[in-house]
Amino acid sequence: MYAFEYHRPASLKEAASLAGQAEDAKFLAGGHTLLPTMKLRLAGPANLIDLGQIAELRGIERSGDTITIGAMMKHAEVASSAEVKQAIPALAEMAELIGDPHVRNRGTIGGSIANNDPSADYPAACLALNATIITNQRKIAADDFFQGIFTTALEEGEIITQVSFKVPSQAAYAKFRNPASRYALVGVFVAKHADRVRVAVTGAGSNGVFRAAEMEQALSGSFTSEALNGVSVSEDEMNSDIHADSAYRSHLVGVMARRAVQEAAARG
Amino acid sequence: MTTVSLTVNGQSVTADVDPRTLLVQFLRENLRLTGTHVGCDTSQCGACVVHLNGQAVKACTTLAVQANASVVTTIEGISQGGELHPMQAAFREHHGLQCGYCTPGMIMSAIDIVNRKGNTLDERTIRAELEGNLCRCTGYHNIVKAVAAGAQGMAQAPVQQAAE
Repeated sequence: MYAFEYHRPASLKEAASLAGQAEDAKFLAGGHTLLPTMKLRLAGPANLIDLGQIAELRGIERSGDTITIGAMMKHAEVASSAEVKQAIPALAEMAELIGDPHVRNRGTIGGSIANNDPSADYPAACLALNATIITNQRKIAADDFFQGIFTTALEEGEIITQVSFKVPSQAAYAKFRNPASRYALVGVFVAKHADRVRVAVTGAGSNGVFRAAEMEQALSGSFTSEALNGVSVSEDEMNSDIHADSAYRSHLVGVMARRAVQEAAARG
Repeated sequence: MTTVSLTVNGQSVTADVDPRTLLVQFLRENLRLTGTHVGCDTSQCGACVVHLNGQAVKACTTLAVQANASVVTTIEGISQGGELHPMQAAFREHHGLQCGYCTPGMIMSAIDIVNRKGNTLDERTIRAELEGNLCRCTGYHNIVKAVAAGAQGMAQAPVQQAAE
């Protein structure tokens, strides 16, 4: 990788101030996307600001109908958190499906969301669980945060500090993994909230994570897999590559959505 | 250069490193601990797995500077008093290797599995938990047997668990 200057701020304030001063800076969270990208010389920031020592970015807290997770919490920590398992078991299970045990010991929720990889799992959880992305500057609804492949509402130098999820009455995540990369070829997160059902799809869309409006409508009427009969997502909006063409992905969204609904319903 | 101070296999180490030095490079090239291997260098194969503050991580996808003030254990740090760690002994007993390249990472991952999942491991759990470790020789069969036996062995010899 190209050379860079390394900074290890002890506080959020210091991190933000460094980002304001340093030329061409990037934040380092778990590093499990950024470091491989830098090794390939697809990224070459002049300054790397390591968020690993900032206590304000850690912690998991339940308050009423929300559970709030610090941005630097690792996937393994979310997967094994008693609070998360109790409040939203589907979210803990989703975290357990990311990468492999070593990746889960380093990768973070904030890093995953800020990167918005089109095959990442957390963006689907954020949309389905009506999350609020909290930064050092503002609060952003998940619906406004994800803006297409590797694109988010984050401004230059803005740092995600916490992600706050609404606790649903029922939820599940069904993931069909690419057998080689283990990323989601298609992942569907379904969550039943008091007012409506939300269905978020990752891995499949040509423009990244999205909500399946027709599925949400059908499931809001009846939260059963049968309600999805005759409902599909358009092939035209699906990604198509050597791993799966758009017709296959479109079909798989339906299959995964049904499985997620069945699993959520079985959980009661 | 950035100063990094950490504990490796029980010894304090301080060094000035180029910030882009990977933890695995630091271990192999600065400390000459060449038991930790580089296989794919793309966070997939697990040959570089070490324990960072007691958790298995891929040292090819961690900067040495990120390990500042941390405790690192490598394959060289798990045997005690000239005796193989029970997981090492199980890999030898069950012939859980052929060329041996993946073995240090396999063993460090296996110890981490036992630390998290306990001493009685079924085949399904072991195979699922070895997701991040690739072996191109064995077909995994003997590795799975070795991990199950090593897990039992760790229950019988608690004093020999990884020094962390």
